[in-house]
Amino acid sequence: MGLPTPDTSHLCNPKYASVYEPAEDTYLLLDALENDRAELQHLRPTICVEIGSGSGCVSAFLGQVLAPHASLVLSTDINPAATEATRQTTGHTPSDAVFEQCRARFVQSLVPRLCGSIDLLVFNPPYVVTPSEEIDVTQEASAWAGGKNGREVLDCLLPQISQLLAPNGRFYLVVIEENRPQEIIDYLSAQGLLAQRVLQRRAGKEHLSILRFIH
Amino acid sequence: MRIITHNMLKCHVKNCTDPNKQFPLRFKDVQLEQVEAERNDEFLVRMLPRLDWPALLKTSKELGMGLPESIPENPGEDEEFLQAVHTFIMETHVKEGSMVCDGCAHEYKISNGIPNMLLAEHEI
Repeated sequence: MGLPTPDTSHLCNPKYASVYEPAEDTYLLLDALENDRAELQHLRPTICVEIGSGSGCVSAFLGQVLAPHASLVLSTDINPAATEATRQTTGHTPSDAVFEQCRARFVQSLVPRLCGSIDLLVFNPPYVVTPSEEIDVTQEASAWAGGKNGREVLDCLLPQISQLLAPNGRFYLVVIEENRPQEIIDYLSAQGLLAQRVLQRRAGKEHLSILRFIH
Repeated sequence: MRIITHNMLKCHVKNCTDPNKQFPLRFKDVQLEQVEAERNDEFLVRMLPRLDWPALLKTSKELGMGLPESIPENPGEDEEFLQAVHTFIMETHVKEGSMVCDGCAHEYKISNGIPNMLLAEHEI
């Protein structure tokens, strides 16, 4: 039986106009997490972090995937409307998880405190190929504008991944082909992570994939 | 924001580098709220090694809340200890106020229960 998609109907409220609504990329990530449900339950993550949580759909879903085990699910976003939306979405999701939100870029302020302590890290980055100037130009754009190869934002985080993850910790990442997934896989493999493309799907002109890295 | 999250937040202003002062951030003018939650002992015991206990203790004293000086040998069997930790890190929410760095005096605001850890361009 499939897990229900978290309710994000409150996003129609104008105060959430700048928040990225769940779309095909979001749903592919949910599917990847659900596919790994047994393994994730076995891992029993204590600290989960979602970077750029937007609507909070993925954070909330994560709480359901891990239920009945409790976990701290800490969601960050630079957009205050997104942290607020995340709180609302996670707030009415039945789960044993402890949902917390923090307005921050990536994991800033959580490092170095959480280095080696994140059991599950999830990131659906702004992956769309755009001119570099479009990155963060508005709150809306920060959710999707990825600059050159759609990689400029992601590339700021990649060097930190292996230090952030706990032993056996996992990182799930959404990418499109333009982001050069193989290059990301090679880069993180060289840092000792076990890398795999676990799911892919074509959605309109986007060829989406979920990459999974295990420490 | 629950206290559990505060125990993970550190000042990240560029020229603020004294690790003894960047963490834990000191609460200022905070409005607290106790929200009752079901206690999950298995989760608390799993979380204990991930907490920075000295920092948590410092924060509890600052807020005038009771917390044992150290983690007992068998925390999972210590009812009183578990309840104290649960009440402090899971049920205590910070609604408004700020967190100040003792190193550089930067103030991180907490508004409507969500901390703002973003810095201006020149502070990064």
